[in-house]
Amino acid sequence: MKVFCNGQEQELTPGAWVTDCLNTLGLDPLSVVVECDGKILTREEYASHELQDGSVLELIRFVGGG
Amino acid sequence: MLLVNENEVSFQAGMTLADLVRAQGDDVDILLVNGYPATLQTVLSDGDQCWLWKRGKTPSAEEMQHLLYARHSPGVQRLLQGKMVGIMGLGGLGSVVAIALARMGIGALLLADYDVVEPTNLNRQQYFVDQVGQKKTAALRDILQRVNPHVGVTVIDQRLIEDDIGVLFKNVHALVECFDDPAMKAAGLRAVLQHLPGVFYVCASGLAGYGDNNAIRTRRLYSGVYLVGDEVSAAAPGEGLMAARVGIAAHHQANQVVRLLLGAENEAAE
Repeated sequence: MKVFCNGQEQELTPGAWVTDCLNTLGLDPLSVVVECDGKILTREEYASHELQDGSVLELIRFVGGG
Repeated sequence: MLLVNENEVSFQAGMTLADLVRAQGDDVDILLVNGYPATLQTVLSDGDQCWLWKRGKTPSAEEMQHLLYARHSPGVQRLLQGKMVGIMGLGGLGSVVAIALARMGIGALLLADYDVVEPTNLNRQQYFVDQVGQKKTAALRDILQRVNPHVGVTVIDQRLIEDDIGVLFKNVHALVECFDDPAMKAAGLRAVLQHLPGVFYVCASGLAGYGDNNAIRTRRLYSGVYLVGDEVSAAAPGEGLMAARVGIAAHHQANQVVRLLLGAENEAAE
């Protein structure tokens, strides 16, 4: 199935969770804020929210330093 | 009517600053009109706010408060004085943001950090050698007191977790994320988007090293929510945090907070 991450098409296996998507993209789930189909996900939902074909994800990634 | 050193003085058409100085009968050499340096020849308009001052003169406490704000644009000051800003993390970003906001005359700051000042902080954070070992909250409060004693400072001396942010900062007008840890940066944004819908938020990511100045930018994420940084320069071995670039990002954050508090986002949307 296909999802859209920050506007880019991403191929994922059907039934993939948000965590799977982040891993595929090489992103550390701890440092990313995820909006899925217009909803901000809680940290717990990363491993329980099943993506659908055509899901639209906005990923805001943070790097360390402050 | 004019305001001269915060006192009302009647206005007459064609008046210049020289007329005011003569009327004051005082030896003055610092002249400001509406927050901006002026000369004796400056022609005044009705409603102008003027400051006449002698360089080096020690002001009274009341005069000091007015003088600290004499360089601010009238109106801007009154708005900022009624606002409270929260800052999460008092390191290279947070200490700079706090001092900038204090100099600009913010009404109140709510400062959160759990750590103490370390010698290795001093390459970029606004603390002093004689503050090493002090709590950052206490050390920064002392610095702010010396910069502008009229800012109300409240401190939260604890390690923040995601669940606390929506509770601890529910009364601020704007919140600035200045964490070092990327997991807390993400936690802060999530907490605000989920629990603090009416609070302006300015977070930061990507400010290590000595890369391009102009790669640091301020990007709108959501209404009232902005991200500052180049979004890639992580603090890492070989790419340390350095005063100048951290300072650029911190001042982006401080200026964005001021812009949001003064309604710049609404103007842009109109």
